Amino acid sequence: MSEFIQYTLQGLAAGGFYALSALGLAVIFGVLGVVNFSHGACYMLGAVIAAVLLAELQVGFWVALLVVPILMFGFGVLMERLLVRWLLALDPLYNFLLTFGLTLILVEAVKQRYGVSGLPYEVPAGLGGQVSVGSVNLSAYAIFACVFSVAVCLAVGLLLTRTRIGMIVRASTEAPERTRALGINVGRWVTPVFGFGIALAGLAGVLAAPTRAITAEMGSNFIIILFAVVVIGGLGSILGAVVAGLLVGLVEAYGIAYAPTYAQIVIFVLMALVVLVRPSGLFGREEVA
Amino acid sequence: MRSRTVQSTVAIAASASLALAACGGAGGPQSGGSTKLTDDKVVLGLLNDQSGVYKDLSGPNSKVALEMAIDDYKAKYGEKAVAKTIEVVTADHQNKADIANSKAQEMYDRQKADVILDVPNSAAALAVATQAKNKKKLYLNIGAGTTALTGASCNKYTFHWAYNTAVLARGTAGTITQEGGTSWNIVYPDYAFGQDMNKSFSAEVATAGGSVGQSIASPFPSDNFATFITKAGEGSPKVVGSMHAGGDLINFVKQFNQSSLKGKVQLAVGLMFITDIHSLGVDQFAGTQFTDAWYWNFDEQNKKWADRFKEKTNTRPSFAHAANYSAAMNYLEAVQEAGTDDADAVVGKLEGKKINDVFLRNGEIRKADHAVTHDVYLAKVKSSAPEEWDYEDIEKTIPAAEAYGEANPACSMS
Repeated sequence: MSEFIQYTLQGLAAGGFYALSALGLAVIFGVLGVVNFSHGACYMLGAVIAAVLLAELQVGFWVALLVVPILMFGFGVLMERLLVRWLLALDPLYNFLLTFGLTLILVEAVKQRYGVSGLPYEVPAGLGGQVSVGSVNLSAYAIFACVFSVAVCLAVGLLLTRTRIGMIVRASTEAPERTRALGINVGRWVTPVFGFGIALAGLAGVLAAPTRAITAEMGSNFIIILFAVVVIGGLGSILGAVVAGLLVGLVEAYGIAYAPTYAQIVIFVLMALVVLVRPSGLFGREEVA
Repeated sequence: MRSRTVQSTVAIAASASLALAACGGAGGPQSGGSTKLTDDKVVLGLLNDQSGVYKDLSGPNSKVALEMAIDDYKAKYGEKAVAKTIEVVTADHQNKADIANSKAQEMYDRQKADVILDVPNSAAALAVATQAKNKKKLYLNIGAGTTALTGASCNKYTFHWAYNTAVLARGTAGTITQEGGTSWNIVYPDYAFGQDMNKSFSAEVATAGGSVGQSIASPFPSDNFATFITKAGEGSPKVVGSMHAGGDLINFVKQFNQSSLKGKVQLAVGLMFITDIHSLGVDQFAGTQFTDAWYWNFDEQNKKWADRFKEKTNTRPSFAHAANYSAAMNYLEAVQEAGTDDADAVVGKLEGKKINDVFLRNGEIRKADHAVTHDVYLAKVKSSAPEEWDYEDIEKTIPAAEAYGEANPACSMS
């Protein structure tokens, strides 16, 4: 039984992190209708920038947690202004291809500059140990990453549902014409929301740095799991991303525990089942399907 | 009888000079010896990963190692050198067997390579072995681990210079088990290399008197190893073996260090390069034991070579770099001895040769399967680095005979 509890907690810890990582993807899709394939590359950039800040400017983890999302917000704004915006009127496939191309460029650029072996990063002081209750152990850092992730997800959820800014953003996406008629500049909100989504990817990257390999390719595999999370949760749904993130984390942990070879396949089996039963995902709006 | 011999000698001399004239008079008096070389030059083909995961551990810097060998060869023989013009051509196989295959063809046929070197990645390595056999040209593999190169896929023209998965298993699993690490759990990536490593390690642990409780396959690639590590700790083994490579290995070790196994269970790593330690940081790997084919700071001879390498590259060499140097140097020495770059003649000089150089200690090019056997080392990662790249304590030298065992019975030279 204690083993089962151990697996469950590990699953939830991983799941919280998945939720935060997928959140930016969900926000950008929900508001702009853009499937941002470069989300994994932006996650990688976040981790790489954190490692470079530490190595070259001695900027530690806690500061990076604040600085990197701000830098990535700027990067996201540039990306939207210079590239994504021009394709918004066309079929979503165009922006999917654009961001896919951007991913290749970013990954190769990081390889050229920082090599392929990866960059070192330490666990922040005080979070290096384990927390043990009876025979159940969890790494202190994993607990921190999970709690922090869920807190950010809740804050973003509240921002979108309980504040005036959130209301305007949601109105701009759900009924742009009517919102415009009420005197609100809809276009003004598109750029910052995109930047915000990219900043969330960067934040997830910083959070991954102490516990995962920081390489140019670190986002290439990860983005596939994130797409599974977003599809299971319902494209564009923030609550969906959180619930699906936790669900995927749990399914993965049980998979590893009881059928290790199939650990990653079960995630996609889950995705297929959800799409079969509810094509718009667990929390997606029906019209999306 | 005598006059006929004279006659034919004159005829040969005449046709030879005619052939030379046709080549634009390349055979001037100062390069009279070079008529024994095909195309009047020796071409070394470096085929490896110049952009992917193996870029740092061999990649472009292996070219520097080959150039160092060429410099040393020319310095050693000067005017007497058989190979006066030596070129290096390079190509990136991108870790794909089909690209390696076509690049090898191109190198042998169009770029006139006399020998292909390096070729990490087992699938790519085996593809090039087939080309070497078909084209009857030399192939000195350094970067790949598969035992098939000196087993089922062995051939007259293929030599395997630095290491293989069986050597890693004998070195790491054998030694750790004998030293008291008798109960193991192994986690391995679920593809050809990982499965091969798992088999070799499990067999060696058993041979050394230990036992493997669980072998757990992890999907490749993986980011999240927390639960794998929990499972690997079940049954309280003394040793957990990770057979991962590259990014997977770094993920595994980072997460192992954050788990409750850290400090209680010994971590053994199947295949590790100094570039892995450099990228993750020495403290993360501290205490990890693994088998190294060569270490730059092992003795004065290695250090001197590593200093030369550092002047040119601003980094320390991995064992693959040193092995590329050794392979190129011994190839050129064999050309010198044979007086020609004819592949069969060079193979004849290489087979059975006993070598002691900067890379090979008690080295021998085994005639039976073309494994280049030599002493290897059980290394332990230091807890802190006295200088950048000084990461390993060599705990034990594993003699060549023990590391390589008997010639591979699966090999039949044709």
